[in-house]
Amino acid sequence: MTNLLLFPVLIPFLTAMILLFFPKRITAQRAVTVTGMIASVIASTVLVSVVLRDGVQAVTLGSWPAPFGITMVSDPLSAGLVLTSNLITLAIVFYSFRSIGKGREKNLYYSAMMFMLTGVNGAFTTGDIFNMFVFFEVLLMASYVLIVLGGEKRQLRESIKYILVNIVSSAFFVTTVAMLYSVTGTLNMADISAKVSEIGQSGILTVIAVMLILVFGLKGAIFPLYFWLPSSYAAPPVPVLALFGALLTKVGVYAIMRTVTLLFPHDPGFTHELLMILAVLTVIAGCIGALAYYDLKQIVIYNIIIAVGVILFGVAQMNMAGLEGAVFYLIHDMLIKAGLFMLIGVIIAITGTSNLREMGGLMKTYPGLAWTWLIAAFGLAGIPPLSGFFGKLLIVQGAFEADNLWGGIIILASSLLVLLSVIRIFIHAFWGEPKPVKGTTAGVYRGLLIPAVIVTALTVMYGVGTEWLRPLMWDAAEILHQPSIYIDAVLKE
Amino acid sequence: MEILMSVIIGFLFMAAVYLLLSRSLLRVIIGTGLLSHGAHLLILTMGGFEGSAPPVLADGVTDFVDPLPQALILTAIVISFGVTALFLVMAYRAYQELETDNMTLLKGNDEHD
Repeated sequence: MTNLLLFPVLIPFLTAMILLFFPKRITAQRAVTVTGMIASVIASTVLVSVVLRDGVQAVTLGSWPAPFGITMVSDPLSAGLVLTSNLITLAIVFYSFRSIGKGREKNLYYSAMMFMLTGVNGAFTTGDIFNMFVFFEVLLMASYVLIVLGGEKRQLRESIKYILVNIVSSAFFVTTVAMLYSVTGTLNMADISAKVSEIGQSGILTVIAVMLILVFGLKGAIFPLYFWLPSSYAAPPVPVLALFGALLTKVGVYAIMRTVTLLFPHDPGFTHELLMILAVLTVIAGCIGALAYYDLKQIVIYNIIIAVGVILFGVAQMNMAGLEGAVFYLIHDMLIKAGLFMLIGVIIAITGTSNLREMGGLMKTYPGLAWTWLIAAFGLAGIPPLSGFFGKLLIVQGAFEADNLWGGIIILASSLLVLLSVIRIFIHAFWGEPKPVKGTTAGVYRGLLIPAVIVTALTVMYGVGTEWLRPLMWDAAEILHQPSIYIDAVLKE
Repeated sequence: MEILMSVIIGFLFMAAVYLLLSRSLLRVIIGTGLLSHGAHLLILTMGGFEGSAPPVLADGVTDFVDPLPQALILTAIVISFGVTALFLVMAYRAYQELETDNMTLLKGNDEHD
């Protein structure tokens, strides 16, 4: 029993509380945020090493025995995701210094960011389904603040829709939890899993599983439920967009991974088949969107949707290769999306527009930006040895092992379209005749580019160091594949 | 009792859906309120109505109600209260800025700003 796994939740929370006391003093705000984030990154790094050494960590709050108190669980998957979220948020904090503007900084921007990280880390760590709802609400409340902060017309218009969609999906979540409680009589996810395998997965439990996929699919933007995402995400400024794109949808994806593998693995003929079909449709819809727009933000936003489909396709295979690929691809996608959004932020800062038709020839004046973009684009498409390759390789291998030939081929083909969509940005923005641009000062350019380059370098290391990361991913996939490890770790104490 | 509660919950959900689909933003917000009321009553119903004594530890009481759904509802009510308050403030601000509360006029993308 260790309290270590609570630190990545508590440190951002305390930081956010401290920040509330002096909103107008920007230097102090920045210093406190960076200090808190570094502490949180260190805590989550230690957590990952402890989880790798000693196996799954679980703590039940208030020293109640396991199914009765609220349990927090850190397995390799959640610890890895917590570390990734912390790293990305730290990079985006540095990125915000030069881009978010004094007005937002004086109005609790950093505080909302820290509250959101609290919710994200909590949702990754919790082992209790109702507690997961609470952490979802924590991160959603903070995201409502972030999306509307600044109060531009467009932000107000889009945030109303964003809030409405999320309120409805939260109401569904509560409904589903209530039904689950009436069938199993418990809320602890390990305990639910044990009970479900005892009583067998009856029809009503399959209905609940589909409702959970619906709820998390709304947050994670799977095929019929993603329509709110592109316009909502395009409304706030780029650092907020990077934060949302890297973290928020991935929480929904993580929740689907956790629930379908832990709670409802007994009727894969229905739930996993459904998930797989939806995943493939998500990939196709995302590809169409990514190729249809001439807007930087929209192209990368549709790439989020493609990645969600690819990850869930891996999950739906339910074999070791597919699950390991999904874990690999999930963490890769968080990093690369943060990097891509930060890079388009640099382009927008230079050109003053996000319309591809109005830019060109940036290669001559900003070569560093161009080459970083090219590396990030190759990483996204999965050109070896960059980070997207190995995850997708495993997912496709899993699909072939599970005899889902066509799904695997569509996933492979989607890589080409992904590459095309981001290379179009490279061609239009960096090649061609230079067009007159607004330009930006060298200080701002460096302040924006350096965090983006660091995140891109992280993705390159993630790709090159695959062999070194393999044990972590293998452990994570094994726990998803065999829920008994998770159940034993929680209920034994 | 369960049947009666189910009918009430169904009615609340129906009214909520009707309001959510209407044009006026204020009605939509009232709809979200009704939706969460329905969800809260559902938790209560799903906990079951057995038990006659309150769930307080006392001598001789064995037949008490399940306390967990009540705790869940309390949490969910507080959350939905907070979210509704925020939503109302944001709707008012949007009304000031955009000068409409008609959801059909709130459509649009970059070209329609």
